[in-house]
Order: sequence, then C-alpha cells, then structure tokens
Amino acid sequence: MTEAKTEAKQSVRITDTSLRDGSHAMSHQFAAEQVRDVARALDEAGVPVIECNHGDGLAGSSIQYGFSKVPEMDLISEAVEVCEQARIAALLLPGVGTVEQLKEAVERGIGVLRIATHCTEADISQEHFQMAKEMGLEAVGFLMMAHMRGPDALVEQAKLMESYGADCVYIVDSAGAMLPKDAKERVEAMKEGLECQVGFHAHDNLGVGVGNSLAAVEAGVDQLDGSLRGLGAGAGNAPTELLAAVLDKMGVETGLDVFKLMDAAEYTIAPIMPFEPMPDRDSIAIGYAGVYSTFLLHAKHAAQRYDIDVREIMMELGRREAVAGQEDWVIDVALDVAKEKGAV
Amino acid sequence: MSEDNKVKVAIVGSGNIGTDLMYKLLEEPGHMELEMVAGIEPESEGLKRARDEGIEATAEGIQPVLDDPEIKIVFEATSAKAHVENAPKYKEAGKIAVDLTPAAQGPYLVPTANLTEYLDENNVNLMTCGAQATVPMAYAVSRVTPVRYAEMVSTVASTSAGPGTRQNIDEFTFTTARGLEEIGGAQEGKAIIILNPADPPLIMRNTVYVIPEEDEVDEDEIADSVEEVVSEVQKAVPGYQLKNGPTFDERDTPWGKKPVIMMFLEVEGAGHFLPKYSGNLDIMTAAARRVGEGFARHLLGIEEVVA
Repeated sequence: MTEAKTEAKQSVRITDTSLRDGSHAMSHQFAAEQVRDVARALDEAGVPVIECNHGDGLAGSSIQYGFSKVPEMDLISEAVEVCEQARIAALLLPGVGTVEQLKEAVERGIGVLRIATHCTEADISQEHFQMAKEMGLEAVGFLMMAHMRGPDALVEQAKLMESYGADCVYIVDSAGAMLPKDAKERVEAMKEGLECQVGFHAHDNLGVGVGNSLAAVEAGVDQLDGSLRGLGAGAGNAPTELLAAVLDKMGVETGLDVFKLMDAAEYTIAPIMPFEPMPDRDSIAIGYAGVYSTFLLHAKHAAQRYDIDVREIMMELGRREAVAGQEDWVIDVALDVAKEKGAV
Repeated sequence: MSEDNKVKVAIVGSGNIGTDLMYKLLEEPGHMELEMVAGIEPESEGLKRARDEGIEATAEGIQPVLDDPEIKIVFEATSAKAHVENAPKYKEAGKIAVDLTPAAQGPYLVPTANLTEYLDENNVNLMTCGAQATVPMAYAVSRVTPVRYAEMVSTVASTSAGPGTRQNIDEFTFTTARGLEEIGGAQEGKAIIILNPADPPLIMRNTVYVIPEEDEVDEDEIADSVEEVVSEVQKAVPGYQLKNGPTFDERDTPWGKKPVIMMFLEVEGAGHFLPKYSGNLDIMTAAARRVGEGFARHLLGIEEVVA
C-alpha cells in the first residue's frame, strides 16, 4: 500500500501543571509529601510530563509573588524521585529566573524546560533556549497573555522561539480571556506558520477552559496543559482528568488512564486544596478584564486590606495593560483606588 | 566661570544613551566641558547632532580620545564587550572611565549612596537602570535599620529596552541584586524585570520591597529617610517620584512573619533626546552626569559635597 487509507488517529500530549500552576492556588505552600503523592499519582496514570516548581517559574519565590514554603529545587527532586515514566518539567520566566537556576534544576533531574515570555517579548528568551538545548533538554516556549495579540503577531513571536531551538510553542491564555474561536484561530495560524509543535494552555475564568482546549484540538494542537481538579491560578486550568475523559470520547489519543486520573483528582488533589478554583465573581472579573490569573489572591488580599472591591482593581489593571508578573501593580492600583475613596 | 575651572570630558558611543548624555552635559555642564563625542559611524545621528552643537565628533573610535591628553574623563556608552577592551586603554592614557555599560570593570556606583567613596578610582560602573532607580530606596531604609532582604521589580516599556538588555536579561537580575546588597545594604537582594508593550508606552515603574531585620521598626523614621533620599535623587532626576508608600504590610517570609516596607516609584525621563517614558535610560545618563561632576570637582580640588 503506498497511501494510507484512513487518517491517522490524532494524538495530543498532555502536560500536567498541578504542581506548578497549582502552586498559585496553594499560595506556594506545597509540602514535600504532597508533591510526592501528586507526582506519583500522575505518573501511574500515564501523564508523560509533570511540571513542578514555583508558580512564577524558577526563582519565583519572592515578596512579589509569594515565598515558597519548601524550596522549589527540593520539590523538583521529590517529584523526580517518585516518577517511573514521567519526565519533570520546570517553567522559567526570563527576567525572574536565570540560567543559574536552570542549571540547578537540570542537576535535580528536569527533562523539559518551558520558557515563558509575554507574547510580544520572545526575544528575551534566546539565551535560555540555547542553554536548555545545550544541556540536552526538551525546550518549550510559552507565549503568555496571548489574548492581547492576534494570530499573525503570535506566529511572528513563536518563530523567534523556534529559531532559538523551541521544540514546541504554546499559546498561553494566562488571563483566561479567550473564547473558543480565539483559541482556534491562534492555534490554526501557529500550525500553519511553524515547523515545531504547537501547544495550548487554558484558564477557566470565563468557564471555557475545556472548550478552548477542544477548539485547539480541532485546530490540530499537539500539546495541551491540564491540572487535576483544575488546580491553578484564577479559576484554574482545564482539569487533566476531564481532558483525558473528553479526548478519549472524541477518539483522540492521549495515553492517559482516565479512571486513575479521576481518582488522583478525587483522592490526592481535592483533600489538599485550600479552595476549589472556579469561575466565581472575582475569577470571572479576571477573564472579563483580561488580566493575569495569578493576580487573584494578591488582589483579594489588597482589596481586603484597603476595603475596596476586587473588581475595581482588576478592571483598572486591565486598563493599564498589566502583563504577566506585575503583582506589584495590584497593590499600587489598590492604593490609588483607596486614595480616591479617601480610605487611606 | 573661567576655562581653568573645567575638566574636559568625552563621550564614547554615539547611540541613544551617548546622545542623551551629550544634551545633559550641554545643558548642565557644571565643572565639565564636553570636548569630543566618539563613534564609529560617520553618518550616525549622534555624531551629526554633536557637530550641530559645535562639538568635535569623530568616527574613528576611541583613538582620538586617547590621543587628547586634555580629556580627563571618558563616559563609556558603547557595549559591555567594547568597554572590556577599552578600559585598559583609558587607564594607560590616564583617564577616568565612567562606564554606562554592564561591563563592571570597576566598583559599582549609585550617586546618592556611595559616590564619594570612589573618587580616587579610575573606573566606575553604573550597574543597571533598575539599580540606579531602586538601590537608593534600599539604602534609605538600611541607613535607619538593618535590612535582611531587599527586592525590586522594574517594569520598563518594551520600546525602551534595547537589544543589549534583551539578549542578556539575566545580567540585569544578577547585577541589580548585587547592587541592592553591596550598596543598598541588604543582606540578600533580588531583582525582577518585566517588559510591558502597552501603547502608549508606560513610564518606567519600580517597586521596592524591604524586609528589615527587626520585627519592630520606626515607621516615621523610615518614611523621613525615604523622603530625604527621594529629594536627593530628584536633584539629578527631576522625574523620579514616589507614587505610593512607603507603605507597611506583614508577610510570611522564609524568616517568619515579618514586616514588609513597600515603595512604588515612577521614573519619567527629562526628554533631552530620548522619549520621556524612557526613565530607565534617563536615570542612567543623569547618574553619569552626576558622577562625572563628582570626579571633575575632585580633580579640581573642590571638596564641597557633590549635589
């Protein structure tokens, strides 16, 4: 036979980020034992890549983002130790983390580095991609806050990452502000414009985290992110167990054990969650305003301290076009709003 | 003021930074006289502007600067790589180098905090724009109460971060963190930089967080010290503003529940050559002018406190 009669079954690689994006919802308080339990459960359910480090990437432990309870390098070691088949990934935001932490994370055993920049600033990631490739890692690019730019601009930025050595570039809906058509047109353009793989990372602030992921699958996405019970910033991510179930029903290959993931979500993650991320009032405001999902807990803290409405902070941050990592602006804006009201 | 009361200086590098510095030196020469601007592109905008201002402009690199024994101070506004090569030549020619690149061939200098300590050196480095903006705040706290940890977050308009910064963004975090420690007086420093592409471009913003050693601090004393340092910096950088703070909060830290002092700064440039939102570049050229003035006075034997 010279020609395949039937189309090959679509397959999607899932990366679970409960232990990285989930770090935001946990206020970076993951304990070593919790990380071992979650990593082991994910590994047994066949998840091929598990991301584990501070929510804001390597060296994210800070006043700006919140200090880690347990040093992230130790958590990486814990995860590496319990995994039989899964590879451990770490996130790095140039401007926060440096090649110094990258080297240590490699010593601790990561196999995948995900390098994140704001969706217009890909050219600050060159040295990190090159170092990751030199060290033999799989290197994945993350274009954050991708709702702020259209498909063409994103492809242009993704091409820079590809030229630095990216094996895959993600469209990252950090604000959970996209609708399914936004996800679809962006992934389609990326698939068309790039040689490397394309990924999609969802947040559920507008209640369409899974829907957007499915739109990305329709557009031919190669990789998707999920987290157990959606444990992640804002209203959380697309739940890994839900993606596994739905993709299986769609006939998309993931290699995941649906029941084991459902158990992991039910018995391993749910009992340790401080709250269940969901599109409640404040998270909807994030998606609606189009601001970074991790602002959620910082804005709640500031709103309470200065006795103002969280939504006022979010809308003003949206007007100021705050990007990923600008948690300091949350306090700054809260102080401005409070001043206006004569509260401070 | 007679010519005898001036020290001749040169700018090496005719790009954005060099050109902005040229206008600052022309507007407020103090005890300096700008003798030469050196570049490598005969048709560059910077050299053309220097000629228009009646300043000798050379496209032959640093040789004409080295050959002029009258030039005592050189402002290096090229690249770290170029400065590593040039630094020994300036030294041999008996010239003081004020380095605006991240080459770090001499001690780090932030005018408000430690200018007078290094007036006998022949090469000083201005670190990063973030350090120039935030080290004074850490210093303002640490001179009142011991500082365990200082952290800065710099948000800069995408268009005012040049290719040098972009290709080596790690350099910014390393160097700025060291500045918070060595000059800011923190036991441990940390730096974060964020590029924001908002249009119109945003004015440079900096947040400084400080964790003191002591659990009880005198808030009024800290606020007074901060206010004093801000007005000191404003003498050289009028657009340097404390927008909010110092405000006091409490956080869980690796050292237990600790007070955190927060300061929110905005740095608007003077708009000499660079756009006003590029406060990050302006604060470097303003610091360079101030350091040059410090050296000039020192060479002339004027010992009054540098303003």
